[in-house]
Amino acid sequence: MQENSSQTRELILAFESSCDETSVAVIENGEKILANVIASQINSQKRFGGVVPEVASRHHVEQITLCAEEAMTQAHVTYADLTAVAVTYGPGLVGALLIGVSAAKAIAFAHQLPLIPVNHMAGHVYAARLVKPLTYPLIALLVSGGHTELVYMRTAGQFEIIGDTRDDAAGEAFDKVGRVLGLAYPAGGKIDHLASQGQDSFHFPRAMIKEANYDFSFSGLKSAFINTVHNAQQRGEALSHADLAASFQASVIDVIVTKTLRAVKQYGVQQLIMAGGVAANSGLRDRFRQEIAQRDLELDFVVPPLRLCGDNGAMIGAAAHVLYAQGVRGDAHLNADPSLSFPYLAANTTK
Amino acid sequence: MLVLAIDTSNRALTVALASDQQLLGEITLNIKQTHSEGLMPAITYLFQAAKLKPAAIDRVAVAQGPGSYTGIRIAVTTAKTLAWTLNKELVGVSSLAVIASNVLSTQRLIVPVFDARRQAVFTGAYQWQQGHLVSVLSDRHIKLAAWLPELLATKQPLTFVGQTAVFSDTIRKMCGKQAKIAPEAANLPRGQQLAWLGQQAQPIANVHGFVPTYLRKTEAEATWLKNHPNNEGHEPYVEEI
Ligand SMILES: [Zn+2]
Repeated sequence: MQENSSQTRELILAFESSCDETSVAVIENGEKILANVIASQINSQKRFGGVVPEVASRHHVEQITLCAEEAMTQAHVTYADLTAVAVTYGPGLVGALLIGVSAAKAIAFAHQLPLIPVNHMAGHVYAARLVKPLTYPLIALLVSGGHTELVYMRTAGQFEIIGDTRDDAAGEAFDKVGRVLGLAYPAGGKIDHLASQGQDSFHFPRAMIKEANYDFSFSGLKSAFINTVHNAQQRGEALSHADLAASFQASVIDVIVTKTLRAVKQYGVQQLIMAGGVAANSGLRDRFRQEIAQRDLELDFVVPPLRLCGDNGAMIGAAAHVLYAQGVRGDAHLNADPSLSFPYLAANTTK
Repeated sequence: MLVLAIDTSNRALTVALASDQQLLGEITLNIKQTHSEGLMPAITYLFQAAKLKPAAIDRVAVAQGPGSYTGIRIAVTTAKTLAWTLNKELVGVSSLAVIASNVLSTQRLIVPVFDARRQAVFTGAYQWQQGHLVSVLSDRHIKLAAWLPELLATKQPLTFVGQTAVFSDTIRKMCGKQAKIAPEAANLPRGQQLAWLGQQAQPIANVHGFVPTYLRKTEAEATWLKNHPNNEGHEPYVEEI
């Protein structure tokens, strides 16, 4: 089943401010990006080695109307052209979410436009819709600094979790390991680069890889990594950072790819979407492509371009298009919900 | 000039619609709630009741802090977004001035206080001069024990207003007869007062650049700047990507 693109010009102004990016986009018919303005705070947050929520909230207030103005200008649209205003209302940092929510509500009120509350994770999935139509049922792997989730979609706008991390998110593990190697935040790209020059020689554990569920755990890997580095330091031995990075990344990739492809098989899906900041990891992308080719899977593997994998307003607008058609509306009471989550898929309900 | 006034700096929420001549309406809630849930419904009701469209306003006046960081961010974000999207004027008024303006008809120094925890306050000193509320000692974040001697040194009679309850014993003990504490009724921010103060203020030239008055750096930033006084090439903090 494929979504139909509607004939009329539906324009959604979409806000995203759940973490350290302020972003406003204008999306036409849920699939075409007219503008996707992203203001990143990385230069500020890397002073602290990670995102400080209060600092993030303050930057969002500085950026929010600037981003909105630029999005409207780039898209060449007026308020009269808009169909609705959409906004991420969770999950994320509450103080950060509140800036997007307050701004979106103000604009919806000022111009009497419908308001569409969007789950940030639904946004990450629908980033793929900006690349090509989605084919249901599908599985989406969402990997970022805040999440490692496998989401099953039996149809448009319906999200059920089949697996989640029990402790650290994959991206969080990258950042923590990066700190041990003395790499500046955010460390994901640097580890990816180092890993490409090293060998998997440390054979770190592959946590939960054989368990009959789709959950993940990365804290054991993180501890094993830290212990290895500390023990070597005590012996005065210098370990190859490239091999350490390669070994760490191999463990993360092994677990993620193995469990995801097992889920793909069990649920009989033909499309696999990967999104979130960690989807930028070249090792992870390559490995998925290799395995899919090797196993001769008839699987459409969709990874949105890097700009759409990270947090951005366009993906919120793409998700809002589906929710709008389904009649989802927010009102003036809309609040941020920092721990918003999809429901878990009840066992054995798929087929 | 029709003004929409918004204050969610502390526990209370107050919004008002007022023209030069009269108050059209004010909603003031002093209940425990999240301002994100309460603010826009209150604004919506005011406009509905007054049978006005949002575009009918000329100006948005907002209490821009100090106060609860989340509270002032909600008010400021809502106010600056409304002003920007409707292409109207925006004015920022000190949240402390809003409270100080509740104390009418006096020549005394008016000292609004917000509890900033750990024996510290957000405070300042105001005075009525020719019918205008004037900031005499600027808004600040300070330990109460350091603030009271500075006030006493002015040799002026003082009236404390705002979140005075927790500090009243200390104030009475240290200031004696020089100090009075305003009656309970004066402690709540009132949208009507904010609208009135907002009518007299100069509009903000750059709405995009308008931010809350926190009066405090975040702990993370304070620590960073102490250890890295030159900030080492981290500016601009936010960049379009
Ligand atoms: Zn995200």
